[in-house]
Amino acid sequence: MTCTDFLSQLTDYFDGHISPELLEEVRAHTASCSHCEVVLDTTRKTISVYKDHEVYEISTEFRERLHAAIMAKCAQKSKSGCN
Amino acid sequence: MTRIFCGLCQYRILPRCLGLKRRCHTTVLFFALYAYAIYYGRSAELASIGSRNHSAPCFRTFLIMPAIQSPGTEEIHPDVALVARAKEGDTAAFEQLVRQYERQIFRVAQHITQNREDAEDITQDAFLKAYEKLDQFQGNSKFSTWLVRIAVNESLMRLRKRKTSKTVSMDEDVQTEEGAIPRDFAEWRPNPEQLYNQAELGDILRKTIQGLPPGFRTVFTLRDIENLSTEETAEALGLSVPAVKSRLLRARLQLRERLSRYFRQPKEGQPV
Repeated sequence: MTCTDFLSQLTDYFDGHISPELLEEVRAHTASCSHCEVVLDTTRKTISVYKDHEVYEISTEFRERLHAAIMAKCAQKSKSGCN
Repeated sequence: MTRIFCGLCQYRILPRCLGLKRRCHTTVLFFALYAYAIYYGRSAELASIGSRNHSAPCFRTFLIMPAIQSPGTEEIHPDVALVARAKEGDTAAFEQLVRQYERQIFRVAQHITQNREDAEDITQDAFLKAYEKLDQFQGNSKFSTWLVRIAVNESLMRLRKRKTSKTVSMDEDVQTEEGAIPRDFAEWRPNPEQLYNQAELGDILRKTIQGLPPGFRTVFTLRDIENLSTEETAEALGLSVPAVKSRLLRARLQLRERLSRYFRQPKEGQPV
C-alpha cells in the first residue's frame, strides 16, 4: 500500500467500513510509514476534539423565545381550524 | 394446479406433506430451517444464508408464503409516534420534538452561517416550517434528517442573501487543493485538552472550522459533529454518497492541517 492508497482508505477506515484485508494493509502501512502514522493519529484526534466539545451552545434566552414562538404558531393553527 | 420445480435438483418444491419422495430435498431442509429461524426471530439472518446457498426460484417461493412470513422485527424510532401525535394537533408532542433537536439544528445553522443571530433565526424558521409542513413528512427518512435538511437549506439561503452577488452552494470552494496532501507530520503531544483550557480550546476549534469552505464545513458538521450517516448526509445535502465521502476526507485533512499549528509537538528548545 502506498501513502496515496492509504489516504484513499482513510474515510472508510474511520467509518469502520473497511474490509479486514484492507484494514490489515492500512495497519501494515502505518507501522512502516511514520508520516502516515501521524496523519492517522492526528486526524483521529481532529474528529474526536470536535465531537467532544460543544463549540456552539444554544442560549437559554433563545430557547425561551423559540418555545414561545412555537406555542404561538400552534395556537394560531388551532384557531384557524387547521388541526 | 401449478407445479413449481427446484432449479437445483429439478424436483417439486412444495410437498403436499413433508414426505421426501420425489420432492426437492434442499427445499424441505430449508423449510425446516426457516421455520426454526422464525421461531427464534432470526428469519432475516437465515434469509441471507438461504439466498446464497440455494437456487432463487425455491427461495422466492418461501418468501411469498404468508403462513411462514416473519413478523417485522425492525425497531420503530420513538419520533414516529411523536410525529403522528403532532400531526393530529398534539402541540406537546411537537414541543418534545423541538426540545430533542433544538441544539442540533442550532449547531448546524451556526456552523454553516458562522453567525449567532442568523443561526437563531434559522433554527426558529426551521421548526416553524417543519410544523407547517408536517403533513408533507412521509416518514421515508428520519424526522431529524428531514429537519436538518430544512435547516441546511435555510442556512444556505441565508449565506446567499449575505453575499448578494455571489452564489453560495454546496459546490462553492470545494475545488481547493488545501489539505488534500498532508504536509504537517508533527505529532500532537500532549493531547490538545492537556495543552489548552476549555475556553481556549473552544476559540481554536471555532476559529479553525470557520476557515473551511462552506461545502466542507457542512459535510464535516453533519457527519462528524452531528453523527449523521454518510447516506443521511447525502440525503440532507442533495449530494451523492461518493461526493460526501470525498468532501469529508478533504474537510478532515484540512482541519487536521490547520489545527496542527496549535497542537503540534514543539521542537526541542522551542517554547510550548
